Amino acid sequence: MKLFVSEGNPHCLKVLAALEVCGVQCDVQYVNHEEKVVPFLSRPALPALLLSSGQHLFSSNAICRYLFEVNGQDSSELCNQWLEWEATVLQPALLEALHIAVVQGKGSEVSKVLQGPLNSLDQSLSKGNTPYLTGKAVSVADVVLWAALYPVLSDSSLALGECKCVKTWFDRGAVMHSFQSAAQKVLQGKGLQGMKSFMQRQPAPRSSQCRDTQQCNSNPAEGDEGERVVSEAEMEAAVLTWSKGLNDGPSTTDRQHPILPQEGKRNLLVTSALPYVNNVPHLGNIIGCVLSADVFSRYGRLRDWNMLFVCGTDEYGTATENKAREEGLTPQQICDKYHAIHSSIYKWFQIDFDYFGRTTTEKQTEIAQDIFWRLHKHDFLMEDTVEQLRCESCQRFLADRFVEGICPHCTYPEARGDQCDKCGRLINAVELREPQCKVCRQTPVIRSSKHLFLDLPKLETQLEQWLDKSTSTGDWTANAKQITRSWLRDGLKPRCITRDLKWGTPVPHPDFKEKVFYVWFDAPIGYLSITANYTDKWEKWWKNPDQVELYNFMAKDNVPFHSVVFPCSLLGAQDNYTLVGHLVATEYLNYEDTKFSKSRGVGVFGDMAKDTNIPSDVWRFYLLYVRPEGQDSAFSWADMATKNNSELLNNLGNFINRAGMFVTKFFDGCVPVMELQQEDKKLLALVGWELQQYIQLMDKVKIRDALKHILNISRHGNQYIQVNEPWKKIKGEDTERLRAGTVTGVSVNIACLLSVMLFPYMPTVSQTIRDQLNAPQSIISTMLQGNGTFVCALSAGHRVGTVSPLFQKLEVDQIEALKKRFSGQQPEDEPPKKKTTAQKAANTQPAAVPAPAAAAAAAEVAPVNGVDPEKAKQLTQAVAEQGDKVRALKTQKADKAVITAEVTKLLDLKKQLALAEGKSPEPAPQKGKKK
Amino acid sequence: MALRELSSLEKFLGLKKPNKYSTQGDKKVPVLQSNNGAPLVGLVTIACHLVKEAKRLELLGDSAESRAVVQQWLEHRVTKLDGCTKEEMKTILKDLNLYLQDKVYLAGNQLTIADTFMYYGIHPLIVDLAIQEKEQYVNVTRWFDHIQHYPGIRHHLPPVAVLRNRIYTGRHH
Repeated sequence: MKLFVSEGNPHCLKVLAALEVCGVQCDVQYVNHEEKVVPFLSRPALPALLLSSGQHLFSSNAICRYLFEVNGQDSSELCNQWLEWEATVLQPALLEALHIAVVQGKGSEVSKVLQGPLNSLDQSLSKGNTPYLTGKAVSVADVVLWAALYPVLSDSSLALGECKCVKTWFDRGAVMHSFQSAAQKVLQGKGLQGMKSFMQRQPAPRSSQCRDTQQCNSNPAEGDEGERVVSEAEMEAAVLTWSKGLNDGPSTTDRQHPILPQEGKRNLLVTSALPYVNNVPHLGNIIGCVLSADVFSRYGRLRDWNMLFVCGTDEYGTATENKAREEGLTPQQICDKYHAIHSSIYKWFQIDFDYFGRTTTEKQTEIAQDIFWRLHKHDFLMEDTVEQLRCESCQRFLADRFVEGICPHCTYPEARGDQCDKCGRLINAVELREPQCKVCRQTPVIRSSKHLFLDLPKLETQLEQWLDKSTSTGDWTANAKQITRSWLRDGLKPRCITRDLKWGTPVPHPDFKEKVFYVWFDAPIGYLSITANYTDKWEKWWKNPDQVELYNFMAKDNVPFHSVVFPCSLLGAQDNYTLVGHLVATEYLNYEDTKFSKSRGVGVFGDMAKDTNIPSDVWRFYLLYVRPEGQDSAFSWADMATKNNSELLNNLGNFINRAGMFVTKFFDGCVPVMELQQEDKKLLALVGWELQQYIQLMDKVKIRDALKHILNISRHGNQYIQVNEPWKKIKGEDTERLRAGTVTGVSVNIACLLSVMLFPYMPTVSQTIRDQLNAPQSIISTMLQGNGTFVCALSAGHRVGTVSPLFQKLEVDQIEALKKRFSGQQPEDEPPKKKTTAQKAANTQPAAVPAPAAAAAAAEVAPVNGVDPEKAKQLTQAVAEQGDKVRALKTQKADKAVITAEVTKLLDLKKQLALAEGKSPEPAPQKGKKK
Repeated sequence: MALRELSSLEKFLGLKKPNKYSTQGDKKVPVLQSNNGAPLVGLVTIACHLVKEAKRLELLGDSAESRAVVQQWLEHRVTKLDGCTKEEMKTILKDLNLYLQDKVYLAGNQLTIADTFMYYGIHPLIVDLAIQEKEQYVNVTRWFDHIQHYPGIRHHLPPVAVLRNRIYTGRHH
């Protein structure tokens, strides 16, 4: 038998002490920290005991237990329990504490992580009422725990809270010769510093707050098992936190622009996919990118991270040119018009960008051309002749999205020029069988033209290495990883980066003078140029991968451009760019189980939300509540009303309002004195636990899941008020009145906590709560620190402001009216549209891919059962086109006679369409203007 | 998870009366409320208790040495395997694969609860492995397949198909 130990390793203290206590004969060999003793372990593991059988024991507790057993002392069940507790609860906390004290040199913060376990130890010792952990004699449990705690408990500078029973018990061990001798051998009389070289070699322990969420084998269904029991230790810890004061740290509200990365802080650069400028965004667009990114940015600021949140409109490309043609404006005018519309919509939704820019700027040209030249210099570009589809009747080259045909891979009849919606494979437009121009339905011809390609195959290895690292260390949603993997599995192919268009960033190469960059290459560079328009020091964010963490928010259709294509551009440019570390992609949001459609007027678009008279905060809440996180979800009016009435009004609003009203009505507006009973402590622990879950989830950008924990807290609060009935107790004797006071005081403090947790979701309501309670702004910077610190922010005597209800009921008739208003403009007797398999209209407008024009979208309407489906289809197309024409004329304020003539044509077409669909040619009922 | 493992162990041991468990803390540590005295806390502690109750001491190891090895793997399960990250997972599988190179069971020459609980703990990792990855950890896979087919062990977990038939034994012929 031979024992291997190393100096300065705290685990070795245990085995050396056990050896001394048992008096077992055994060789001890001192080795280097890094020495590999156990042959099958890839990391050095000390202490290790080589058994006579030739096997190695590599766990210090198992070694101690063995030494005791050899000495004739079997370990009892209670002993087992202590050893398991030591390994699973105490050890992680101890390692974190030692790391904080020894490596970071912040001894004063040790109590934060150790106090919980020490408190439970103290309670057990005081309950057990025996001198040692398992009874009247020293057991292996005592030795292991003494040794484990020896470094921290024998150092008086760590300021650990008073735990009397622990101290008495510990001192019994500390005086034993065996301990002093073992400690001398390991720590060399240098105390904590004796472990420095060992601790520095250990990977930084995951802090307790994220330990649970990083599990790769966690099972979500676990939540249903057994009831959560709140332990004494949890309660004590919650009470301890509660009694801490507010921070007077920097208020999170003042932001100094320009925000730049700071030393010693987490620097997070947050982007949301750039919305395409030619359309008004719908709810699916809003939840998919800007709203999600906004919630996370607001949360990050509460966590005192240094955040920069940028976004802007993506303005170049065919779709803009097309829209301009439609509306009789120049592309620039279209961009100006829609940029303003986007800005105002996001403002109404309280999207708090640090900067909302656009891609049609000088900086865009400068940076895109720089990246282009770098790629050129490093030989990642190749030239090739491309066969392109050109529509002779429209007189232009067709962008991929403007051509449709049969998929060459799966024969899906409506494949787009760039990708098939059915099989998801990428397509070259010329490979489509039976191609059609989506605008005029003519067959395009193939023309050849010289273009530049990004050599993705050459960058593939580099990309994969980077992806391995980024996806394993960062927070990538499952869909983002899966989509990326499937792209790589098929192998990368060179991708064309130039286009024969005018509205775009010009290609600077003399041989390609007449061309512009293709949007997928150009648009993501918008993130950089928008930042550059925000600050001259933009490179501190974008060429600083060591200091900056980049979060990209988007809907899933945008993933490949952010995980494969754009990173390849940046990797190839070789200028130390900051690459995406966390890629957060949502699934699709459907509208009432169908899809959003601008052309059919189905769904709610950004500019219409405010006309519903439903507050922006309630919109935010509901969209976040149904955020398509992990799976598709649906927006439904009835559900929105239900969630508003049940969750906001009856749960959250009701609790906060009652808490505030009790203070006003029963205690003259001053927070009463609180004397915490067992039940209150239990509630504090429950609330603390929910807060901790909220933080863990938000840290991982699980925005929808985190919201549930806010609502859980107010549910706990409502139950608490219901059970304690302060409105009755206030009329009772002094003790009862005191009880009413405590319940009221605790409740109103929970309301304060809720105001902070709500801030990312409902910023206005959050501020209203603080105003009503007259709560200090400093609660914002206090409550979300570390694992969550629920402190008593409003202490006895604090005067609250005027309390009033936060939410309003959504009535059935109001909701029915809205549902009708937004259900589209098709005749009421029209049979319901079949759900199409592809849900592209409900997704976020891709930043890097032009959206289908409105006319094209109308063609996606599924065929209906009618007399002549083929003809009906053509007519639907014609109706849509004619409708667009009429709208364009109206926008341009054309001559009334001209408009009337066109409207007559439109009505005639509609009549024909109805006939073709086998319906009576009644004119569609006149609808009010939809805006 | 832990509670289901304990009830599977009860069935394996043939204990007549199922025990009632609760959980503690946010990690849902299992708690066994016994009739006589203080409750037992912790998966390993309760598992060892059940084995003793069923008088199947051989499942804890048949010598001091193998008892120590059993305890070590049980500890490994609750400290390293539970809650491991993707990176740690690779190391764990690699190390275990090397360890099992010349072994049929984790401790000694018979099944112990170290096998049972390492199997339960590693199941979610194995489920997610691709066939190629499983072949990378061939010893783990062999052991895993053996344990999942050991009578009375699998209970609450779905079986995992682990090996595909190899037509060619090596890559270079």
